[in-house]
Amino acid sequence: MPPAHTGGAAPGGTAFDGTVPGGAASGSREADAAARLARGVRPTDAHLAAAAAITQQERSGRLARIAYTARRIVATPQGALGVVILLIFVVLAVFGHWIAPQDPNAPTSFSADILTGPSGAHWLGTDENGRDVMSELILGAQTSMLIGFVAAMVSSVIGTAVGIVAGFSGGWVDRGLTLLDDWFLVLPLVPVTVLAASLLGSKATNLPLGQTMVLIIVIGAFGWAGTSRIVRAEVMSLKSRGFVERSRALGASHWRIMTRDILPNVMPLVLANAVIYVSLAILTESTLSFLGLGDPNRFSWGQMLEHAQSAGAMAAGNFAYYLPPGICITLAVLGFSLLGHSIEPLFDPRLKERR
Amino acid sequence: MTARSVVLRVFSAAVTLVFVLVFNFFLFRAVGDPKNDLARNPHLSLAGQQAVIHERGLDQSLWVQFYKYVTQTLRGDLGTSYANGQSVLSVLEHALPNTLILVGIGTVLASMIGPWMGMVAGWHRGKARDHALTQGSVVLYSMPEFWLGMLLIGLFAVAWPILPTGLQGTPGSTAVGWDHLWDVAKHATLPIVTVTLSLLAQYAVNMRAAVIDVLHEDYVLTARAIGLSPVQVRRRHVVPNALLPVVTVIGLQFGLVLGGVITIEAVFSWPGLGLLTLNAIDSKDFPVLQGLFLLTSAMVIVFNLLTDLLYSKLDPRIGE
Repeated sequence: MPPAHTGGAAPGGTAFDGTVPGGAASGSREADAAARLARGVRPTDAHLAAAAAITQQERSGRLARIAYTARRIVATPQGALGVVILLIFVVLAVFGHWIAPQDPNAPTSFSADILTGPSGAHWLGTDENGRDVMSELILGAQTSMLIGFVAAMVSSVIGTAVGIVAGFSGGWVDRGLTLLDDWFLVLPLVPVTVLAASLLGSKATNLPLGQTMVLIIVIGAFGWAGTSRIVRAEVMSLKSRGFVERSRALGASHWRIMTRDILPNVMPLVLANAVIYVSLAILTESTLSFLGLGDPNRFSWGQMLEHAQSAGAMAAGNFAYYLPPGICITLAVLGFSLLGHSIEPLFDPRLKERR
Repeated sequence: MTARSVVLRVFSAAVTLVFVLVFNFFLFRAVGDPKNDLARNPHLSLAGQQAVIHERGLDQSLWVQFYKYVTQTLRGDLGTSYANGQSVLSVLEHALPNTLILVGIGTVLASMIGPWMGMVAGWHRGKARDHALTQGSVVLYSMPEFWLGMLLIGLFAVAWPILPTGLQGTPGSTAVGWDHLWDVAKHATLPIVTVTLSLLAQYAVNMRAAVIDVLHEDYVLTARAIGLSPVQVRRRHVVPNALLPVVTVIGLQFGLVLGGVITIEAVFSWPGLGLLTLNAIDSKDFPVLQGLFLLTSAMVIVFNLLTDLLYSKLDPRIGE
């Protein structure tokens, strides 16, 4: 067994190799309760107290496990760097409006000093409308984080659902979903999101968040195929493990097995994958914004680069305008992929790199 | 590899292509009635609109529309561009060769340099060379392609102006023959370098992993044991075997290559599919965007099929 699997030595045990408590036991304990009820045995106070004690124990076990996992992620230089980058951008995203020296949307922010270089008043100079580049850069973090996180969540939910249903059902359902998966994997991400985002663009005004929501939908809807493939493979191997068969033998419904036995066991895998997908989503958002499909009401790094390019910032040698947004995109993409890649071997050494 | 499995693979690629057609049809209809869209085309009179509605069956049931759409697409009729009234097919035909130049030369260069970098890194695993190459690749890999292009313009066209930027030739140039070719080559240099750089990091990372895998194989140990020199071990046993998975990556990443080239062309105003995409987005030219999506998907499907067939040819272990 590869060394990365020593994650099984975590306090409280891991739910991921199926041989230790956690997810594996929870399924069978519930099934035991169900079986007892079926036999006509009423749970006594003693039973309930015991159950509460176990839940308590499991909860602290889970916390310990999370803390342990977090320590292991930060222990590697890659993981630590990823966490630091992520924290910086999340802070900028949440508190950007207070941190930014200027509100670039305010009419007073426009000035005649266009495309100036760095100065005391404007650390990164001004854009083609005379607005503070630094402020736009800080507000851009919010757009990237919002679209990155939510799109990755959408994609993970779809991918996990498809993967679990396909892997668990087998037969025709599996074949059909796997085919669908193959088809979605083929669609080239940039052309398909460009087409979908411009088609949906006409509906943007009806959606909350407008064009930002459009970007979230298209990036989320076309990136799930990789996740579902990985989840399906994991479910196939979980299916033959004892705890699933036990639940099945005790008469648990398919829904119950999928949500209570299988889902908790694929979650770590899904999580690692989702973190990596955040980086791809951020990259795709910046590409779409650069191509002019971004939200005109928000600031985004890709959009800043488009404005810098069309305003001739490169020809004018205006480094402070076109370097920082690119550096931010690179750092954000780097941070999330480093973090994702340092989470994944903790749970599954087989997980293949994507993108 | 038997004839049967070749036929099966070609068939499954054809089915995937049909899915793309269906997807394209319904995506367009999911967001609104195409009839309303026609009214936005400035090159179409009211009578012309009626003609298109009749021709495409837009006033009939969805199934009739779908049938007409499929037959017309298979005949190569992809509709008319809103922007200039030309047929979408001719617009795409015009742009495609320029994109293929960038993709072709960029991929060839990257697949020579990238695997070489990966080989050096994997062979010297854990040494300074490995760290420098691997960390460099990871950073390069995280950069958006278009920004990389902007950086190169800033460096080699502005700060140290040795190369021209933008377009495919000097505007107004009447040069012919070799002079013209030289002019185009100079203009193509920066876009090609950008494409190459954006690809090679991926190849390097994959090659490194493959080399490290192969180094653990018994046949490498045997080759060392019978006294082959390190260079011989590397050339005859490590590189050929490690290259196999990298070939797959090069083939299967084609969709991403196209996506990257689109933005790179947008930066350099290189008159290929990317610039076409940019202009089509600006003018909300949906028929062109649909055509672009169909074309790029078809290219990805064909490329995946070729990679699949080539791979089973190269690796006898993956016969079936």
